[in-house]
Amino acid sequence: MKHCPYACHTSDHLVNRRLFLGGAAAGFAGLTNPAAARELAASQKRMLVIFLSGGVSQLETWDPKPNTDTGGPFRAISTSVPGVHISELLPLAAKRMHLLTLVRGINTAEDEHGRGATIMLTGRRTEPGLKYPEVGAVAAKLLNTTTPELPGHVQITPGGGSGFNKEDAAFLGPKFASVTLADGKPPADLPRPAILTTDADREREAFRQKLNAKFAQSRRSAQTEAYTESFEQASKVVAKANAFDASREDPKAADRYGRHDFGRHMLLARRLLEQGVSFVKVSHTNYDTHHENFDFHIEQLGEFDRPFSMLLDDLSDRGMLESTLVVVMSEFGRTPRINDRYGRDHWSKAWSVAMAGCGLKAGAVVGKTNANGTAVTDREVNGGHLFHTYFRALGLDPTKNFHPAGRPIPIADPKTSAITELLV
Amino acid sequence: MPATTIDPTKTRVLKELKHVRPLIGCRFDPSGRYLFASAEDDTIQRFDLLTGGKTALIGHQSWVRGLASVPVKNTPVVSHDNVPTSAIFRGVAAVHKPTVFTLLSGDYHGKLLWWNGADATPKPIKTVEAHDGWIRAVAVSPDGTMVATCGNDQLVKLWNTADGRPIRTFEGHTSHVYNVAFHPNGQRIVSADLKGNIRDWEITTGKLVRELDAKILHKYDTGFGADIGGIRGIAFNSAGTQLACIGITNVSNAFAGVGNPLVVLFDWNDGKPKQLKPKDAFQGTGWGVGIHESGIIIGAGGGGQGRIWFWNPADGTNTHTVNVPTNARDMAIHPDGAALALAGANGTSYLYTTTPTPAVSPSPAPAKKP
Repeated sequence: MKHCPYACHTSDHLVNRRLFLGGAAAGFAGLTNPAAARELAASQKRMLVIFLSGGVSQLETWDPKPNTDTGGPFRAISTSVPGVHISELLPLAAKRMHLLTLVRGINTAEDEHGRGATIMLTGRRTEPGLKYPEVGAVAAKLLNTTTPELPGHVQITPGGGSGFNKEDAAFLGPKFASVTLADGKPPADLPRPAILTTDADREREAFRQKLNAKFAQSRRSAQTEAYTESFEQASKVVAKANAFDASREDPKAADRYGRHDFGRHMLLARRLLEQGVSFVKVSHTNYDTHHENFDFHIEQLGEFDRPFSMLLDDLSDRGMLESTLVVVMSEFGRTPRINDRYGRDHWSKAWSVAMAGCGLKAGAVVGKTNANGTAVTDREVNGGHLFHTYFRALGLDPTKNFHPAGRPIPIADPKTSAITELLV
Repeated sequence: MPATTIDPTKTRVLKELKHVRPLIGCRFDPSGRYLFASAEDDTIQRFDLLTGGKTALIGHQSWVRGLASVPVKNTPVVSHDNVPTSAIFRGVAAVHKPTVFTLLSGDYHGKLLWWNGADATPKPIKTVEAHDGWIRAVAVSPDGTMVATCGNDQLVKLWNTADGRPIRTFEGHTSHVYNVAFHPNGQRIVSADLKGNIRDWEITTGKLVRELDAKILHKYDTGFGADIGGIRGIAFNSAGTQLACIGITNVSNAFAGVGNPLVVLFDWNDGKPKQLKPKDAFQGTGWGVGIHESGIIIGAGGGGQGRIWFWNPADGTNTHTVNVPTNARDMAIHPDGAALALAGANGTSYLYTTTPTPAVSPSPAPAKKP
């Protein structure tokens, strides 16, 4: 038997060819042999980031401090892991704590939204003169995909515009930059207009490629590369349009996830992961609760808890959780101090991230904060540690280098290392 | 009791009643001797306006916003005679016949507690698991026999004051129910929710009589993907001809609370609303509202600072505004009508008088022999 091509080198991820051929060559979801689908699903590592935009409160989620001066009005509830309590605002997640891994000792020391997001998405602080690729681009580059006809890096946002981004892959190049599906929808102008015949479209595209190639012979640049990649990403999206259509999912699944935007976006995330997309990021807005923190967290987490839990169940039931790393993150947490408008402000000194799946010790809790959550008291980590941990969990070596323009740049910040206590 | 004359322009602080933690809600007892203020440390603080004493009521495991009290025996008539020099103001004269009353308090965990409010150190005497989640408000019927509660389970419930027995549940709201109030005639009850829907119910049958529209006090902020607003304070006038609701409107940034306070004043007979706005462009939320016996509508709230607003009942103009040094998270009008209290986010309950004359007799008359 061949060695596994992934860095983990375990036989768990090898596809049994006979089982695979026993299924249908129509993507994971189309495989009629469940065992083949399961094995194929397990063979490709994937990553899902759920980004709770604005900064979710660690006290109303993963590290509650009830009945303290900072705790707010909500209870801590028991979970499926004895001794581990989380906020009562996450009752469904609490029942799935045995699938989750918590990091409670995060200190990213950055209370500004943009810079906080950079730390969490690149594992590094903003540096003048060098832009680092986001986790999605790194994952798209490093994780082998069985479906190269799909973009490897997809982000689903609540609003804004759909499109092809050039910036978030930095020196990795636009091939690994994200495709944004605003409200879960591909860019509206991608499909071929009805008045354009298939043949005419093909001729037009061939002509475009010819001109493009000629231009590139003498004028090739990063900009033209990005332009070309955008066209290729677009053609992938068009060719596999069904992969981006969550309405094709079973209506019962839509009911389970919740008939709201975030439920629909999470169901789309499941669909994309099943189809073989390496990295999906779903953003849920918004948690920037300077005012009425408690009312807003009731509403937002009430929307988050169900689809998050349903997706964990589905990944687990389909045998995909072992090969899919799930991370719930924000740009920072929120202040233990409750302000005069019942709000909590930005707080990066002691907050939490939840993870699940691939390469992690399920049910583990690493790191600790003090009694009222104002400081980390045990196993303090930052965005760099987390970045290392993601890729170690995915079976990769984040201490290796990328070599843009021949210059070695470590995949993850060499000043930090993985949180090995939570790795399998 | 004749209406106390008030002059909003004479509004001034009588006393700062301090606690160590931010306050959430406040209500007077029926006689007006005590002010109860709930706090972020899960306690209810009882401030004795006669003696200056302060007593903590321990029993809740979460924050309390719903507070109401009901006399168990006949409440003595408030008298301005024989006011002890220790009294903070005249309205506490009822101390000469201490009132026995029940305090009711509802918390974020859905528990409704009964207390003997005048005990030296009140303890919970009854606990009812009233709602699934946060109890937003508590009200007592005019005859004192029923208690109403409402909360995040979108329900309004009636309870027997004497024994805590459930009487009726009103269903129909489709968002968190933020407030509830009995009509002074005792026949109807109104409930008001996050989305500004007000429901007018017949108490004896549970029938929905009509709906009133205060949706201007709600917004779904598409940028933040969340609802903001709700009826944060509610009050009838004593004649039952007006219903006042207060909250926030014109929200431009939900998560920073950028918007303007607003009172929606309904004519009870025809249900027509009138908007009462602060004269200035103050940004914040209206948290408490009351209609004084004189007809003046009083609101309080805050953003970075606090405010008390007075509106003329005839034309709805904001005749006077008082700056408050902290966000006023709730407001209660004293039974005597001569004072009002605020629950301050800085841990202080500010007791204001609005009477044009000195509030306390400098040399009290000798006490009459019984």
